[in-house]
Amino acid sequence: MFATSRLRCRRGGDRPHALWDFNLTVGEGEIVCLVGESGSGKSLAANAVMRLLPEPHVRVSQGAINLDGQDLLSLSETEMRSIRGDRMAMIFQEPMTALNPQKTVGWQIDEVLRLHTNLNKAGRKARALEILGDVHIPAPASTYNAYPHQISGGQRQRVMIAMALVLKPRLIIADEPTTALDVTTQKQILKLIKDLQQAQGTGILFITHDFGVVAEIADRIAVLRLGELVEQGPAAQILRSPQHSYTRKLIAAVPALTPPPEKPASSEPLVLEARGLRKTFAARGGFLSGKRNPVIAVKDLSFQLRRGETLGVVGESGSGKTTVSRIVTRLLESDSGEVRIDGRDLISASKTELRALRKDIQMVFQDPMASLNPRRRVVELIAQGPIVQGVAKDVAHARARELLSLVELPPAAAERYPHEFSGGQRQRIGIARALAMEPRVIVADEPVSALDVSVQAQVLKLLADLRDRLHLSLLFVTHDLRVAAQLCDKVIVMSKGEIVEAGPTARVFANPEHPYTRSLLDSIPGRDWEPPVCNVA
Amino acid sequence: MSLLVPPLLTYTVRRMVQAIPIIILIMIGSFLLIKLAPGDTVDALVGDMGGADPAFVARLRAEYGLDQSVFVQLWRYMLKLVQLDFGWSYVYEQPVIEVLMSRLGNTLLLMVSSLVVAFTFGVALGAIAARRAYSWTDNMISTLGLVFYAMPSFFLSLLLILIFSVKLGWLPVGGIRTIGAFKTGWADVADVARHLVMPTAALSLIYLAFYMRLMRTSVLEVMDLDFVRTARAKGAGGARLMFHHVMRNALLPVVTLLGLQFSTVLGGSVVVETIFSLPGIGQLAYTSVVKRDLNTLMGIIALSSIIVVIVNVLTDLIYAWLDPRIELK
Repeated sequence: MFATSRLRCRRGGDRPHALWDFNLTVGEGEIVCLVGESGSGKSLAANAVMRLLPEPHVRVSQGAINLDGQDLLSLSETEMRSIRGDRMAMIFQEPMTALNPQKTVGWQIDEVLRLHTNLNKAGRKARALEILGDVHIPAPASTYNAYPHQISGGQRQRVMIAMALVLKPRLIIADEPTTALDVTTQKQILKLIKDLQQAQGTGILFITHDFGVVAEIADRIAVLRLGELVEQGPAAQILRSPQHSYTRKLIAAVPALTPPPEKPASSEPLVLEARGLRKTFAARGGFLSGKRNPVIAVKDLSFQLRRGETLGVVGESGSGKTTVSRIVTRLLESDSGEVRIDGRDLISASKTELRALRKDIQMVFQDPMASLNPRRRVVELIAQGPIVQGVAKDVAHARARELLSLVELPPAAAERYPHEFSGGQRQRIGIARALAMEPRVIVADEPVSALDVSVQAQVLKLLADLRDRLHLSLLFVTHDLRVAAQLCDKVIVMSKGEIVEAGPTARVFANPEHPYTRSLLDSIPGRDWEPPVCNVA
Repeated sequence: MSLLVPPLLTYTVRRMVQAIPIIILIMIGSFLLIKLAPGDTVDALVGDMGGADPAFVARLRAEYGLDQSVFVQLWRYMLKLVQLDFGWSYVYEQPVIEVLMSRLGNTLLLMVSSLVVAFTFGVALGAIAARRAYSWTDNMISTLGLVFYAMPSFFLSLLLILIFSVKLGWLPVGGIRTIGAFKTGWADVADVARHLVMPTAALSLIYLAFYMRLMRTSVLEVMDLDFVRTARAKGAGGARLMFHHVMRNALLPVVTLLGLQFSTVLGGSVVVETIFSLPGIGQLAYTSVVKRDLNTLMGIIALSSIIVVIVNVLTDLIYAWLDPRIELK
């Protein structure tokens, strides 16, 4: 039904051809997953197919795109416009920014119908309400009149899907449609896409970086690396026995869902202990201005962390897990409770005491680019903390260089600036910076969420390695249960500011007690798929 | 309260109430600032008369209450102001409120027409420039904007007068109506409009350049956003994409600037009204400063602050209308 042949795209920059001999077919009612890491050209391929490339900077230089026997590249822009939204539709990654914030949901679905059909106003509205019902939006009539910011992320993605499906297109291109969503929502959306696609016989080109999602949804898989397809074939075959070394490497990097075996109760000393932590974001406003309700971010949180242990804090967005990482490090003042590091309380510490205590508890942040000052050299970034603590400058710099080799970066890295590194390397710098203080505890807030799987695996391995070698304790905040399973000895599961379940990872994963934990575990994409053990050459 | 008051109304009323202390502070500050300047009404009057004997000057001061300490004068003035009494203008021999009201219309007309011209053309040209970014059209528009922006309004006014009144004789040099013509109805409207062409042009071009630059940047930014790509993926294009998806979103920063600049335009009108001898608030402000007509000057300041407050509230209302994410609370 749909095919591209020898499609090549040109653009300036790192490599002259962003896409090279791209041959891909999507049959009727088939879901083809296009998998690749960032920079592989997968989004570019999607835009090329829709002819939405930012021409003339990036353009198709040769090849053909066929939809039902019609060559799309030979069409005029006006003809192409009548096909977009009608016979081909697209679903994007970020449902918040992909909808026009100034128009109601109804208006935006209505626009597709207005552009491509002759239905009258009442007919269009009826159709829009019907499709909103089809994507299981509760109360379609009221959502029809809502603005995008008034509905949740999952619902916004449903609206995007409704918009794409309303004219029953032949082909849908879904560009990472579930990446920005929580796991439980992701599961629902994947199921929705699959159900509707089967009912309508639509072909889907599903772009993703997540092999879990692939295992969940794909009929066929195509693996893209640096603009070239390295392997394609039926899903079952590639997931079970990948042929190309790159595919093997990708699959090997997917964290297995088998947590480490439960360790016997540790007799190591207690390093970090939190008791009765609470944080409420106060109501704002008052006299002569608008009021906002108080938000309880964390209520009554307690946990213990022993030396050499890793405690995972898992939960979905809004569960309060990031707030936990901030109050434990006292980057955010908690309302009550205490955090003891080796018996000394961080929460009630005075300013000078706090400065000394901070040395023992360091953070690694999610976004390695945003958390490194772009105008300072790496060696300065790493040495800054010790210098503030009173270490002589040359000693601190020498130590910073040692740390770079510890996090497996070349010595030359010291004199460079953060923007000269890749995401994974930047996260290594972030880790080196935390280690420079010789902390007892490292609090890592989603440290690998912004990284590609293969890089993610390396950084996780490094963290585990360092933990064991330096007898560190890790408080590891993540939304990704696969990552938690791989690294954490114990986990606490949070929902709406409360701990719903806590215990050794192996026990929690094997025998979840709380219904929320169970639904989280059930939602992990591709949980029935056990990545094969591959030899990564 | 279970009273059914529309939120828009409560919001507007609340904003107005919030503005009262601000206006009072402005009035106190201005009063003290003016008092810091040497010379008063009596000095100016006596200067106009060519001198008078000290006894007469002292009697005049006592009559106007200028012999009291500054704070007593301030207290007296504020007391009257609270009763909405702007006092008496000793220069015009009329209540200040009457002097103001007779001129307010002209100034508002000039300001509104200038801003409408600046906004409409600025937004349109900015959008066109962005649509054809880095092309010949864009360069033309951007260069023109730079020229407008760099030209001071007094210079532009004189240039316009030289070309259109002195050389070509198309437009009147100044004033708001043809003196002694006593036109009525549409003829009068047309006459006023003819008199306003040059002042409006002189006042609006700088702001036009502002809005144009801002709109161009803003449109370029919005065109890169995800929802514009979504709209294109839906098959929207051309004018539809531009008006419904790009321009309305791109207008937000321009509207913010519009509200902020209203007060600047009020200041700019002093120069333009003086050059074109338009009987408006700006010209009145200028003469009041020269004649040390304190009451009139304070009246102008009060009126201007009220106008600015109203415009700011209006801007917020327009903003909320344009952007549904903003809730008026």
